[in-house]
Amino acid sequence: MEHLVRAEAARDTLGAGSLVPPAPGPMVPVAHRVVETWRETEDVVTLVLEPVGDALAPFRNGQFNMLTVYGVGEAAISVSGARGEGLLMHTVRDVGNVTHELCRSGPGDVIGVRGPFGTDWDAACGAAGSASDDSFGAGYSDSAADPVVVVAGGIGLAPLRGVLYELLAPRSDGGRARRQVSAIIGAREPSQLMYRDDLEAWERAGGQVLTTVDVAAPGWTGHVGLVTALLDHAKFDVEHARALVCGPEIMMRFTARGLVDKGMDPDRIWVSLERNMQCGLGWCGHCQIGPLLVCRDGPIVPYAGVVSELLLQRER
Amino acid sequence: VTATPLSTLVADHPLFRDLPGDAVGPVAGCARNVAFAPGELLLVEGEPADTLYLVRRGRVAIEVRSPTQGSIVIETVGPGSVVGWSWLVPPYRWHFDARAQTDAGAIAVDGACLRAKAEADPELGYALMKRVATVLLERLQMTRVRLLDLYGTPRAR
Repeated sequence: MEHLVRAEAARDTLGAGSLVPPAPGPMVPVAHRVVETWRETEDVVTLVLEPVGDALAPFRNGQFNMLTVYGVGEAAISVSGARGEGLLMHTVRDVGNVTHELCRSGPGDVIGVRGPFGTDWDAACGAAGSASDDSFGAGYSDSAADPVVVVAGGIGLAPLRGVLYELLAPRSDGGRARRQVSAIIGAREPSQLMYRDDLEAWERAGGQVLTTVDVAAPGWTGHVGLVTALLDHAKFDVEHARALVCGPEIMMRFTARGLVDKGMDPDRIWVSLERNMQCGLGWCGHCQIGPLLVCRDGPIVPYAGVVSELLLQRER
Repeated sequence: VTATPLSTLVADHPLFRDLPGDAVGPVAGCARNVAFAPGELLLVEGEPADTLYLVRRGRVAIEVRSPTQGSIVIETVGPGSVVGWSWLVPPYRWHFDARAQTDAGAIAVDGACLRAKAEADPELGYALMKRVATVLLERLQMTRVRLLDLYGTPRAR
């Protein structure tokens, strides 16, 4: 609504009949140019986008944008990071018509972007984080030094990428991140592990990075099994730690239960929900699940309470 | 350097943690400390199943041999986990291979010895079976979830 209010104000200032067009509302995609793409896995591509004109409002880690392929449609895609001034990173899995076209796009192509929408990981991390208008913001305050365990499955790592960089950002004196951060990352098979360079960067920054696959491939010498099997290997103090979980909902459910079984307070577990997001503003109701409009009240929500029950409900 | 008594190592392993004090001794009486180099086999498919391994360090892969693909890793386990269940039920033969992926250390508990003690002391036997059932149930549940192929392509599922 803020956009509409601003448009009204502009018209009042300039006078009725002005030729200055109103500011685009939140339902109008803003043109962005694809500047770079690379393939993360066989069916996952990362796009780097720059605004053709004005940039969108800064995003916060965990939020999503609606990406429009003109003439095809729109899809909700998490922001997976920023890259330099005003550049957005989105990692897209080819699972439908829109995402197929997004994955086929290349430098110079123009797509529409609306957003950012939804909630972020800040509350999950126990602090009011900064907006990521540059590469991964300025980190969190000293008062929020709880250890964090991040559990990601498949493409679920995309919305966690930025927050991992933020959590592991060097201290102001250049030392290693003060927080104890463990990341447990699951994939179907080794070739589907995304962000390989980032995994190494997080380890170099002092994070514990554990990867596991459901199906081993020749030469794979890492863990094989569910992400929940690695909860015992992760170094985190279950009493004080916070958990950020994103992946298929069944995986999130089992992970959350596993954490609770280990003694974690459900209030300290946060999950990222995915539903049929369309307007991104809580207007259309397509993403409603129980009392939540996921695009507005989510995607990042606390696991405790109603969400633990909602994860058992079938999407309508 | 004083070596940690075997009974302490057994009592510290999650499978036997909080076992009644007088029950640890009989289990430790069946146990010995073992170490494996990377690539070394703990157990081999088809051979007599005679040992329960309580993994203390390193990583162990449960494998199955394929004529076309060589050894396929089904699952990996680490410290605090258990390798080898087939000593528990007839015909006492291993169904899979288990191979150390890294330097690994374990407490090897003689299966026949443990079975005999469990038969002789039903209280110990019941406590043991409850713990074994808990681990097996956890493994079964994880296997079922993996069968869902959660990260697979939605169209293919």
